[in-house]
Amino acid sequence: MTSDELEKTAEDLGRILSSVARVTEVATDDVPATSHPMPLTNVLRDDVVGTPLTAEQALSGAPASEDGKFLVPQILGED
Amino acid sequence: MSNDLTRLTAAQLSAGLRAGEYSSEDVTRAHLDRIEQTDSVLGSFLTVEPEQALTTARDVDSRRAAGEELHPYAGVPVSVKDVVVTEGIRTTAASRILEDWIPPYDATISTRIKDAGLPILGKTNMDEFAMGSTTEHSAFGPTRNPWDTTTVPGGSSGGAAASAAAFQAPLAVGTDTGGSVRQPAAFTGTVGVKPTYGSISRYGIIAMASSLDQVGPMGRTVADAAALHQLLAGHDPKDSTSLSDPVPDFLAAVEAGARDGSLTGKRLGVVKQLSADDYDAGVRTAFTAALDLAQAAGAQIVEVDLPSLSYALDAYYLIMPSEASSNLARYDGMRFGLRVEPESGPVTAETVMAATRAAGFGAEVKRRILLGTYALSAGYYDAFYGSAQKVRTLVQRDFAAAFEQADVLVTPTAPTTALPFGMEDDADPMALYLGDAATIPANLAGIPGMSLPAGLADGMPVGFQLLALAKQDARLYEVGAAIEALVSDAAGAPVWAGVPTEYAADAASTTTSA
Repeated sequence: MTSDELEKTAEDLGRILSSVARVTEVATDDVPATSHPMPLTNVLRDDVVGTPLTAEQALSGAPASEDGKFLVPQILGED
Repeated sequence: MSNDLTRLTAAQLSAGLRAGEYSSEDVTRAHLDRIEQTDSVLGSFLTVEPEQALTTARDVDSRRAAGEELHPYAGVPVSVKDVVVTEGIRTTAASRILEDWIPPYDATISTRIKDAGLPILGKTNMDEFAMGSTTEHSAFGPTRNPWDTTTVPGGSSGGAAASAAAFQAPLAVGTDTGGSVRQPAAFTGTVGVKPTYGSISRYGIIAMASSLDQVGPMGRTVADAAALHQLLAGHDPKDSTSLSDPVPDFLAAVEAGARDGSLTGKRLGVVKQLSADDYDAGVRTAFTAALDLAQAAGAQIVEVDLPSLSYALDAYYLIMPSEASSNLARYDGMRFGLRVEPESGPVTAETVMAATRAAGFGAEVKRRILLGTYALSAGYYDAFYGSAQKVRTLVQRDFAAAFEQADVLVTPTAPTTALPFGMEDDADPMALYLGDAATIPANLAGIPGMSLPAGLADGMPVGFQLLALAKQDARLYEVGAAIEALVSDAAGAPVWAGVPTEYAADAASTTTSA
């Protein structure tokens, strides 16, 4: 990030903290949390085989692939 | 002839196509020509797909000629926001990180559009990953407002709104996380609807904030938005938040609303916290004039109180970046999208991810990821995200009480008309946040909202927002159609008909700030 971006982000973090201060004013213990606006429970589907993407389709957007697999950089550093 | 077809509403095109007055190829070509003539200035589209659109159109024409039973809107073209995944059509979310991504699958709504035989003209511009309310945060340049090309079209569905307003498309698909369909509709004199959460499938919609995002239909008229909503809505087993309720008949609601006297006895609730001094004088005047028309037509105006509203914005600015930071973690340069190797040092998965995100994400996206990561960090989760979720409960309770007193709530959609480019850089961030104050509560509570034109202020469109109880989207279409007719009759023509149709090329030199 550039120094301008960092400065703006620092301001925004301040804004987030003031938001927190505001929401905690009213978010008392007796208020239940709402995670999703339309509560649905136990959304299940029948346990049958669907039609997922083929390996070729799944790899079609990959930056690099080899032998039908995603080719990624080395996962761990040298040390 | 060619240009005349672009001036028709989707409802008129549907009727004309079925009556054989013209072919879908004629209609699609007219809109593609219009895009070609105007989009170098407007920038509504990131990708235009003439061949695919015309292939669909010809297919519909031959099937219709063969007497096949087709969807009533088969052959009516549509623009699709570039946040909706389309198989074989580049899908970028207006981000460099997806610049060359051709998806291997369709969003459920893309499948629905294709199955119904609507030619997809192309993919519309937006703020990167739908983060913004001006379309200036697109990585590929801004969209201009056809009413005044020195102003923004709103956002994040700015390209979608401009495409409908400028006769580039009769129908447009947008998405709304905090007002991203309703506010650009307000700025461009069009109609935009944020349905009840779960009304339209989000499988294959590039996610920003999963508990807030909804797909929204847009058009120049309430009836056209209703028709598109009808086509897109319905249960989808691939989206676990999709509602399983039967889809109401939105077009019947529009017809009911258009009948004389439909507003008689309807209670319109003016929100105490959203009708005061925060609105520009021109916006207040146009809003009040539309409200007076409704009252004269028999509606009852009541005042409702939403005391938790002032906390809604704070909750939104915690929930939205938190969920966005989680959703955007999938752009890691490994399986799809951009991959950038670091300029120096070891090339490992970690350094490649960092280099990819540094190059691929725009400034606004980076900021929201950082804010969200901070808000979700260990030890702060309960105080931050958890408290914000409690505010959602309070907002929902407020709405439940308000809808005891009113059938729909009404507010101006935005405090101003469309603003000039570059305002975001100078303006007080709080003022910009307040721009969303009227639209955000509906996303927090999951209720449906609509913006339709209330009239003009200094030649620019003003948005009139309607809100209804969850799953009462049909009520928006009924009341919306009634108010649309009143505003149109009072002015002698619909608001959308007054939009300039020629755009000066020199406006395209305006620079973007994003």
